[in-house]
Amino acid sequence: MNQFPWLTLMGLVPLVGAIVVWVLPAGLAPRAKQIALGFSLVTLALTVAAALTFSPHSTAQFQLVEQHQWIPQFGVSYALGVDGIALALILMATILTPICLLAAWHDLPGEEGTSREKNYFALMLVLETFMVGVFAATDVFLFYVFFEAMLIPVYFLIGQYGGQRRQAAAVKFLVFSLAGGLIMLAAVIGLYTQGPGGVDGFLVQKLTGLHLSESTGRLLFLGFFIAFAVKAPMFPVHTWLPDAATEAKPATAVLLVGVLDKVGTYGMIRFCLQLFPEASKWATPVVIVLAVISVLYGALLAIGQTDIMRLISYTSISHFGFIVLGIFAMTTTGGAGATLYMVNHGFTTAALFLFAAMLVNRRGSKRIEDFGGWQRVTPLLAGSFLVAGLSGLALPGLGAFIAEFLTLVGTFQRYQVAAVIATIGIILAALYILLMFKKMMTGPKPDLAKGTPDLGAREKWVVVPLIALFLVLGFYPKPVMDIINPAIRTTLGYVGVTDPASVVTVADPAQPTTGVTK
Amino acid sequence: MHTLTNGLGAYAGPVALAGEGPVTAVTASGITAYAWLLVALPALGAAILLVGGKRTNAFGPLLATLLSWGSFVVGLLVVISMAGRADADRAAHLHLFSWINVGSFNLDAGQRLDPLSMAFVLLITFVGSLIHVYSLGYMKDDPDKRKFFAYLNLFVAAMLLLVTADSYLLLYVGWEGVGLASWLLIGFWNDNPAYATAANKAFIANRVGDLGLSVAIMIMFFQFGHVDFASVDAGAANASPGALTAMGLFLLLGACGKSAQFPLQSWLGDAMAGPTPVSALIHAATMVTAGVYLVVRSHAIFEGSPTAQLVVVIVGAITLLFGAVVGCAKDDMKKALAASTMSQIGYMMLAAGLGPVGYVFAIFHLLTHGFFKAGMFLGAGSVMHGMNDQVNMRRFGGLRTVMTITWATFMMGWLAILGVPPFAGYWSKDKIIEAAFIGEGWRPWVFGLAALIGAGITAFYMSRLFFMTFHGKKRWTEDIHHPHESPLTMTIPMMVLAFGSVVLGAILGFGQTSLLQSWLNPVFGITAGTEGEPVLPANLLLGLTLVLVLAGAGLAWVRYVRDVVPEIAPHGNLVTQAARNDLYQDAVNEGALMRPGIHLTRSLVFTDTRGIDGAASGLGALVIGASTRLRKLQNGYVRSYALTMLAGVVIILGAVWVMQ
Repeated sequence: MNQFPWLTLMGLVPLVGAIVVWVLPAGLAPRAKQIALGFSLVTLALTVAAALTFSPHSTAQFQLVEQHQWIPQFGVSYALGVDGIALALILMATILTPICLLAAWHDLPGEEGTSREKNYFALMLVLETFMVGVFAATDVFLFYVFFEAMLIPVYFLIGQYGGQRRQAAAVKFLVFSLAGGLIMLAAVIGLYTQGPGGVDGFLVQKLTGLHLSESTGRLLFLGFFIAFAVKAPMFPVHTWLPDAATEAKPATAVLLVGVLDKVGTYGMIRFCLQLFPEASKWATPVVIVLAVISVLYGALLAIGQTDIMRLISYTSISHFGFIVLGIFAMTTTGGAGATLYMVNHGFTTAALFLFAAMLVNRRGSKRIEDFGGWQRVTPLLAGSFLVAGLSGLALPGLGAFIAEFLTLVGTFQRYQVAAVIATIGIILAALYILLMFKKMMTGPKPDLAKGTPDLGAREKWVVVPLIALFLVLGFYPKPVMDIINPAIRTTLGYVGVTDPASVVTVADPAQPTTGVTK
Repeated sequence: MHTLTNGLGAYAGPVALAGEGPVTAVTASGITAYAWLLVALPALGAAILLVGGKRTNAFGPLLATLLSWGSFVVGLLVVISMAGRADADRAAHLHLFSWINVGSFNLDAGQRLDPLSMAFVLLITFVGSLIHVYSLGYMKDDPDKRKFFAYLNLFVAAMLLLVTADSYLLLYVGWEGVGLASWLLIGFWNDNPAYATAANKAFIANRVGDLGLSVAIMIMFFQFGHVDFASVDAGAANASPGALTAMGLFLLLGACGKSAQFPLQSWLGDAMAGPTPVSALIHAATMVTAGVYLVVRSHAIFEGSPTAQLVVVIVGAITLLFGAVVGCAKDDMKKALAASTMSQIGYMMLAAGLGPVGYVFAIFHLLTHGFFKAGMFLGAGSVMHGMNDQVNMRRFGGLRTVMTITWATFMMGWLAILGVPPFAGYWSKDKIIEAAFIGEGWRPWVFGLAALIGAGITAFYMSRLFFMTFHGKKRWTEDIHHPHESPLTMTIPMMVLAFGSVVLGAILGFGQTSLLQSWLNPVFGITAGTEGEPVLPANLLLGLTLVLVLAGAGLAWVRYVRDVVPEIAPHGNLVTQAARNDLYQDAVNEGALMRPGIHLTRSLVFTDTRGIDGAASGLGALVIGASTRLRKLQNGYVRSYALTMLAGVVIILGAVWVMQ
């Protein structure tokens, strides 16, 4: 059962890195960020190596499995493993961490080499550990522990290092998360009492396919779902996100919105659908409606924002609506689309937040109206920001398009009206991105003090990988699709749904009937 | 676990599928196997110019031009090899790579190279390359010349992807790709905020259309389980009329956005903010005709739904009159041409909606229009170039003498669009008018008359434009404008297009079964002799058309050559004012969509902060307490709160442990 402990190692390396950075002697303190970046790159290398050993043809749900007893009296195991969905998300998280560290290089001007700066980078590494753990946990209780533990570094990152209203934002984030978490804790314990028990009674595998009574199943489902909906976040429990994301440092915002929030949507697939198939189907109509509202509501709110960071936050609420829609459509296409969306959204949001932050740093304001004509000031940065924006509006050719389209087409297979209404989101997306671009980048060149620099070398290392990822995922997403396909099929197998057949049967090798070139 | 195994079994399916069929045969077919170069060459150009940055300033524009011509050569070679094959073997499929394979959605990227797509390829690469050459002169002194050529190459690549894609989804990539290029180029001089707004307006109106195309593709997948052309064509025969109507109408919505057809026409006039070569290439000759391509390419769907076809014809008829009326009142030379483009595409759309009888004529008119309208736009650019970027025709007049080449080439385009024999438009537009009169009941009379009257109005507004610019008394002064003929880099492309405006119609349209018909008919499965008879004799229609054209042109001569043209536009009657304001299209959009939208957004922002967030904020305030009193304690407070939380987690864990 136990193989080479890839996942433990992937979680351990950043933790060790965090401790090293934390205890760094004063003489080496100015090197804290380089050391942190090094550890995050080792983690990325490990993740890539682990991904290469992953087989899309395995018959087991989880691979890279590790399992040890932790609290056997209570059935808790230290059990790790990934399916394609979890692996894709861990890859995304470990790619984003070094990018965020690079972007955060000068986040604390005037505090270089202080212990406060050391702690800042150490906290991000701690967060990486928890991010790996939360996606890799295959024990429900272990998942819960990571789920709550993640709050700690994020809370400090916002509350200690954020903007002017950081305390309020951090507390708001915490109140929402803890409220959701508490409900989930009750459900976690309740679920255990329904399971077979024993020394490993919290394993996902042991809790899958339980015969729950209708009301028990639905109550437990709600316990999990509410926590995930807050985390995702969905309308109407979304209001913590814009505050938290705006007050946090941009790199923190990326990890918060791009990775941590995915735990919500990931949890819906792994726990809601897999453990409570009946209740999931029961709740679907409401969830679909909330998802469609999220899509439109987030987009409309984004259009109305005057603060660039808040605008980006609201676009995420809209995008999470799409993801939830794809998940609860319960079709293989919708599920795969939603998973791809999670990955693409991570990179898109990172690009939007980080590139916007580069602009904000140069201008010294987050207000959209304080910009104008900036493509003449920083043409490369403006162009990069445009590409990020185009990914945000899911322009074909970029990865986000395939994800969004598959999500919608998969939804359409079951819920035509919801899919068509959600498609209005593509018009609103064009509005919020292009109106913002117009206000910030076009118009006459502003009268600024000379010497506002364009992208520097370090910043290019942030920009180039993200744009490359957009293009690769847009034109050749096959490697990612290959690993998530079996996972989606397995999950929907647990739910017991099959894709609706097409209305008209078209002979399958129809692709090249257009004539033979000889 | 069974599901998984089964799933994997099914998962192997599409891979096997991609390996069989004609895919492997293509490599043997010589040049057709290299058709991907059509897209790759200009895409490479765009990439080099954009990524290379200032380093490519010196050679970038020339490189972009050469790569565009390279695409033309590839296209020409493919057409030559295609012409050498029997009718049935002309359509080729080129498999590119495995693109999307998730769940039940499997789609490879490939190209369909058949007579229809190749007709577009030749138009796009030939006119596109000419306009690259023209731009070398027109944009010579622009500081952002390199970017301009990068965007032009990007456009050509996306447009070629659009017309050679083998599936609706890949078409959609090209479709939005040209939209992006169009946005970049309309807003090329977006230092001017009005131009930036024009660019956004175009993109957003197009996105409304793209909603239609997206939904149409969703319905296709729902109906057929595939979205490639071959499967959709095969499935359409067995689909219900309702489904086909839905697909057809949503496709039409997409076509309306891209082709500026009613009711999504409002963006095209503003799009003239872009540099004139862009107006010629994107907003006259190629991109805006993509909607016609979409409808014709989807003929299997439309043929299964008379309702959708009828709506296509209605949209075409409304737009052709709408554009023609607006064109009569515009004093801005480019906006008058834009209105004309709208109207001419209305003709194409109308023909495409008529069914098999109209497809070839829709494409025919699209090709001739591509030449003569691009030629006239380049002529307009040449005039602007010589007139200090003046576009107001009331400040022109008598330019015949100072810009002889521009005048002569423009005249060819003018005669072509009027439909004067033997110029190009005569062959293509008259066929559409004739086809519009075919049918039963009220339709031929309504649509035929619309097309006929449109021809008369076209003659009026185009003659008005031509006379106001080149004839009559001069209304400019040497000290403000220094009219001069443009350099050869600009006039040679104009001459080539003018030559096309003269001969292209006869070349493609001459004879009982014309060259274009025999080239395109196999695509639509049409055999000769399936056309019906118009409700009026063809000769009578031709006579009527010519009479109306003469009347329109004559009226224009009276008003704009014989009479004095006032330099300030007269007040005008209600109709003139409405036409000048694009029949109040913007007022309608603003009243119906924009203002309610802004209001909705504002009130939502208000409720989100005050209402929905209220509970949470209250909660937050409760936790934080009065901020003034706690400010001193805040640092300690945050720590203690976090510690409390940590302790909470530990206590929960501990309690769990103890309780076991």
